[in-house]
Amino acid sequence: MSFSIKRFKGGVHPWEGKELTEGKTVRTAPLLDKYYVILQQNIGAPPKTIVANGEEVKKGQVLAVSGGFVSSSIHAPTSGKIKIINWPGPTGFNMSAVELTSDGKDQWISSVELDNNWEALEVVELKKRIADAGVVGMGGAAFPTLVKLSPPSDKYIDSLIINGAECEPFLTADHRLMVEETEKILQGVSLLAKILDTKNIFIGIESNKPDAIAELNKLCGQYHVKIVPLKVKYPQGAEKQLIYAITGREVPCSGLPMDVGCVVQNVATAAAVADAVIYRKPLIERITTITGTSVCEPGNWKLRIGTPLGKALEFAGGINKQPAKMLLGGPMMGQAQSSLDVPITKNASGLLLLSENEIAQYSSHPCIRCGRCVDVCPMALMPGTLSVMIESENFDLAEYTNVIDCMECGSCAYVCPALRPLVQHIKRGKTEVIEAKKKR
Amino acid sequence: MNQTKVNEIRLPETSKLIASSSPHLHDGSSVKKIMYLVILALLPSCAMGIYYFGFAAVQVLVICVVSAVFFEYILCKMMGRDSDWKDGSAIITGLLLGMLLSAGMPWLVCIIGSFIAIVFGKQVYGGIGNNPFNPACVARIGLMIGFPKLMTTWVPTRFMDKSLFIFDKTLLSQSQIDSIKSLPSLPFFHSVIDGVTSATPLNMVKIPKSLGTATNHLMGTMADWSHLWSYFVGNIGGCIGETSAIALIIGGVFLIIMKIIKWQVPVAYIGTVAVFGLIVHLTQPAPALPGALFQVLTGGLLIGAFFMATDMVTTPMTIKGGIIFGIGCGIITCIIRDWGGYPEGVMFSIVLMNALTPLIDRYTAGKPFGFIKKKAAEVN
Repeated sequence: MSFSIKRFKGGVHPWEGKELTEGKTVRTAPLLDKYYVILQQNIGAPPKTIVANGEEVKKGQVLAVSGGFVSSSIHAPTSGKIKIINWPGPTGFNMSAVELTSDGKDQWISSVELDNNWEALEVVELKKRIADAGVVGMGGAAFPTLVKLSPPSDKYIDSLIINGAECEPFLTADHRLMVEETEKILQGVSLLAKILDTKNIFIGIESNKPDAIAELNKLCGQYHVKIVPLKVKYPQGAEKQLIYAITGREVPCSGLPMDVGCVVQNVATAAAVADAVIYRKPLIERITTITGTSVCEPGNWKLRIGTPLGKALEFAGGINKQPAKMLLGGPMMGQAQSSLDVPITKNASGLLLLSENEIAQYSSHPCIRCGRCVDVCPMALMPGTLSVMIESENFDLAEYTNVIDCMECGSCAYVCPALRPLVQHIKRGKTEVIEAKKKR
Repeated sequence: MNQTKVNEIRLPETSKLIASSSPHLHDGSSVKKIMYLVILALLPSCAMGIYYFGFAAVQVLVICVVSAVFFEYILCKMMGRDSDWKDGSAIITGLLLGMLLSAGMPWLVCIIGSFIAIVFGKQVYGGIGNNPFNPACVARIGLMIGFPKLMTTWVPTRFMDKSLFIFDKTLLSQSQIDSIKSLPSLPFFHSVIDGVTSATPLNMVKIPKSLGTATNHLMGTMADWSHLWSYFVGNIGGCIGETSAIALIIGGVFLIIMKIIKWQVPVAYIGTVAVFGLIVHLTQPAPALPGALFQVLTGGLLIGAFFMATDMVTTPMTIKGGIIFGIGCGIITCIIRDWGGYPEGVMFSIVLMNALTPLIDRYTAGKPFGFIKKKAAEVN
């Protein structure tokens, strides 16, 4: 089989920065004294806390159960004593969290054991195990995985697409996972395919990860999976762009991948599904890339959910110069952090420190209508025009001009010669439009 | 041992961390870089203008640039704007204006032109990025209305064959020459124009008609190859920066390679003029109207197509919009040239199409990714 390199329309080519960590084997972080587990780590309804202050818990014990259909449970990252507190979350606000003081035993709850019979399990049981393990989308959105696996009966799903694009610069967590735990990913993929009852399975990977492509190619025949090398272009890993590049299908505006018969899952999510079903392990740890030119030893770490960022940086040897920005996620869509207490969450794919000379200083110079943002917008919007509308608070016009279809990938701001904070304007516009819609 | 090692580890000082919206990277482009690349692209044409018209050209260009920058500086200060002249846009406006003037232009007229360009063409609308019309075009049109004689009077290049009648004063009647010569009597309006004035090739097409002295010989001469070569290098009467086709093409290609302008726009504009010129030429052969190549190489077409129809602020943002803009400019230019009252229509065509830019942008805005299918789904 031969594959041509697949691509989408628009996009940019930022400095990749992956050379800092792409060759670094994943290391497992040592046990910490304290973990801070944010109780809502998923998009959707908040989970219900079922533990009380001062309770002793085992590693993997449920701290909070799913609070609705679009919700997900939370588990203890180690054994120890808990305290319910308010703690700074990745959004910058204090959130309800559990402070877990480790008892040093790191003792698993008894239900965690290898199930050798996993291949014979019924779909209902598979779904139950995924839900019980609190698996959410680990690529960034933290959308509860079970919801994506339960399409309404009128939607026919014919393709499962596994996202290994990892288009965000600097991040190599998925890359290392694909190289080091190829088999587990493919096991997870086969489970996902079984649940969805689809025969077409694709794994999309940007062609800058030839070792991951090679590893997956060795085993893909056995699992009936097609490996699709993708053009290295940001945002190749955006859900709609990935579907378009691989299948040629356009997900409708404000629609979902299931509207075009596709389900997209991240590679890390697939591995978490395998852990949940085969090993019955809940999602309590993930691979996070700790990187940046000011980090002493950039690398990929298996961190427990709840590890404070300061501790995570200590694992990487600390810093050698003061960074200007600390980000959770990649440099294009990551969230700037201002506290070292913020803990790692299920969707924290990277902890990135950017220096003064690397960051962009956005300032609102007037738009000179050069049209570069229009050329790179993967959603074919007019970001510059939208930003001017939003600046003048013309939200009705912004809504008419499809501001809501923006996915905030940041390509427009990245190329803007006037250094306009386009994403910030558009985020504001989207919030205003959604508010106005609610009132109507 | 391990404990001491942990203590040595340095962590970021959180008070110095910047928390701002994504994205956190930028490609390093800036408005300033774009503007200075455009200036660089204009320099070959300026150099050719100076070569052919001598010191008088330097004088006009310098006065225009300096006064444009001065007015930009004053206006930005007065209006309390953050942007200033250093972004280079006023330099481009001044340079373009100078290039659109004849080398013999009196200095006060140059300053008035800069004033019109910066004040009425740009700052009153809100400064950089907000002007609907190309400031240099506005100034040129303003001067054309204010000083019609000066603006249609050209100095010959230093190398012109004075015996060659089509470029020479013999085309102008004595009364016309006298009226031009009478101009310097106005205070401050001293002109370097002496008795020898030259008409541009495009004027040639019009003037014989108006004088009723059109001859087959004249029109035939204008379209012959040796003259086309003169138009190509710039050894013809006209504006400082308009005449040398080769220098303008070099600048334009440079901007296309640097991805500052989209090649589709000048190609659409020049192509339209060429096709239109060819059709008109075929219906009314050479003695009446010269051919397509003549239309392309003469007048302000090339400077307009490469540097004004591609101006970011005043032209459509999309490639599709740019092509429509170019074709529209081409048609208007040809109509004015062939049937209008003025010998040249490039400036008018660009300003007229500038007015249509918001409309073109609106109709050529791409449908968002996934838009069509949404409509189909709604119908279902």
